[in-house]
Amino acid sequence: MALLDVRDLSVVFKRKGTRPFTAVDGVSFSVEPGQTVGLVGESGSGKSVTSLAIMGLLRKRGAEIGGSVTFEDTELLTLSDKQLRDRRGRDLGMVFQDPLSSLNPVITIGLQITEVLERHRGMSRKEARVEAAELLDRVGLPDPQRRIDEYPHQLSGGMRQRVLIAIALACRPKLLIADEPTTALDVTIQAQILSLLSELVSETDTALIMITHDLGIVAGLCDDVNVMYGGRIVERAQRHDLFDRSRHPYTHGLLQSIPRLDAPRGEPLTPIRGSVSDNIEWEQGCAFAPRCPNATDVCWSEPPELKADDGRMLRCHNPVAIGDAVTEGAL
Amino acid sequence: MLRFTVRRLLQAVPTLFVLSILVFAWLRLLPGGPATALLGDKATPERVAAMNEVLGLDDPLYVQYFGFLGRILTGDFGNSLITGDPVMEEVSWAFPATLELSVAAMFLAVLFGIPMGYIAARFRGRFLDNATVVTTLVGVAVPVFFLGFLLKYIFTQEMSLLPPSGRQDVLIDATRVTGIATLDGLLTGEFDATWDAMLHLILPAVALASIPFAVIVRITRASVLDVQGEDFVRTANSKGLTTQIVRKRHVLRNALLPVSTTIGLQTGLLMSGAVLTEKVFAWGGLGTLLEQAIQQRDYPRLQGLILLFATVFVLVNLLVDLSYAIIDPRVRVR
Repeated sequence: MALLDVRDLSVVFKRKGTRPFTAVDGVSFSVEPGQTVGLVGESGSGKSVTSLAIMGLLRKRGAEIGGSVTFEDTELLTLSDKQLRDRRGRDLGMVFQDPLSSLNPVITIGLQITEVLERHRGMSRKEARVEAAELLDRVGLPDPQRRIDEYPHQLSGGMRQRVLIAIALACRPKLLIADEPTTALDVTIQAQILSLLSELVSETDTALIMITHDLGIVAGLCDDVNVMYGGRIVERAQRHDLFDRSRHPYTHGLLQSIPRLDAPRGEPLTPIRGSVSDNIEWEQGCAFAPRCPNATDVCWSEPPELKADDGRMLRCHNPVAIGDAVTEGAL
Repeated sequence: MLRFTVRRLLQAVPTLFVLSILVFAWLRLLPGGPATALLGDKATPERVAAMNEVLGLDDPLYVQYFGFLGRILTGDFGNSLITGDPVMEEVSWAFPATLELSVAAMFLAVLFGIPMGYIAARFRGRFLDNATVVTTLVGVAVPVFFLGFLLKYIFTQEMSLLPPSGRQDVLIDATRVTGIATLDGLLTGEFDATWDAMLHLILPAVALASIPFAVIVRITRASVLDVQGEDFVRTANSKGLTTQIVRKRHVLRNALLPVSTTIGLQTGLLMSGAVLTEKVFAWGGLGTLLEQAIQQRDYPRLQGLILLFATVFVLVNLLVDLSYAIIDPRVRVR
């Protein structure tokens, strides 16, 4: 049985005086215990909103959430705020993108860890402090006994992200959602944080949803990959299948726009033309059609369905031909 | 923390030094000068010159300034031209009254302002919020003296609940210890005196509190709304903390930073409000001294009062900085 089952999730933002905006549109995927699943897409593809909807962190006012999110047989979308708070931080943890703004600037990192231990594991302040120091040690923060009384501004970006990871993993959640956890960090620190994350989740058998725009991260980490575009999943495949033969023109384009070391010198990169703002509505056809090199008349008139094809799920009328692929070795 | 305090105290010294120069210069720049003020407009030039010599005003400016500075440092602000009493004595007699009124007003403003601002933010856009915004707009817009008369009309004339003016009933013969009437009664055990002083304090304190209250409500509301949208509040919610802890520890604590700055600035402005309020309620404090001094060009007294107001302002800002350092660790390190 799946640990997390997301079925037909939709999020529509409504504000007075503006057109309702569908940020997430019929997204379905599931996560098995201990599995690492990637959610990939560029800004505005709906990947972060999906994660916030799963966590119940979207503001109720102005956001209409539909579908279902089942976590261990519990429907999360219908839980009360209090019931959700009982599970968040204990069963589900989350690591955010910007480690500086995601930590409270005026209280010590020690308190920011102990408060979650006190809340969910019933520890006293003293016990929680001992445990917090151990957690900081486990996430590789040097000199945790001293650091525990420091404030976020006294730490470097990488250290802050380690603290956020310690907070998210403090109660050994069954599922961890990491929303672009390395985007705000230096490249060298990125690798450290990623290997720390994968090490910790495999040690504790925690399932991980990795949200990123970076296919390189996905290649090194995820078992299953969901590629999102315009609020919908356009391709879902196992890691190797996806990188061996990406079939959706969008995924294909993403892989081709990554610089390759083995490419002949001077050969230009192949970017995806246009931007998200060119999208058409999914009701009219394929949202990616205006940017797609394979687009034909049908793409402009008929929305593609997500269908099983070639051992994966694919939402495309004119997929990239098998054999015309980018290999993982390129990354 | 101690080092921070000492450093900020030392930084106040040059501020006050510059202030003393400004006050000194202001006095010399006034048309007519102190001699004319003392002798009247019709004084002959000979008499003015003689008076200038008596006052030491024919010395070079720097000699005059250092003499002035030296006397200030020993607590000698000269004698009032109206009463002939030492300014220092007059001021130390009136200061507790103004202090009592200002502290009471600020206490009310903070006590009710912060919770109301917080509640308005939580019910943003709904009736309670809109009602608060309108109320505070009125609070800022209505002049202190008008509100003062209105309060007197309602609570004294119509309802006969509270005394209209003064600091204490004339029939009460209270012992003066600190000069703060409400406190003195407690210190000497004359509880009826304290009770009477508190009744007298209510209306002027409410009138004086109206503007800082309104400002504090608005700043708190805006600040809470601002902090609520911060990433770290989302993190706190993602940890499953109770709403109570999220609000208290994560939202309110950060939201209070701009509020504490506002409290400091408003305390400074309170001084000018106190002058008007004291007039309306016949509150014998610094405002009364100041009003007389301006009307009768009592320069020594004005000088002393201005320096006192400025010193209080500097000290209040020092307190604000300290409170900032207590709330925000980022300030401490710098």
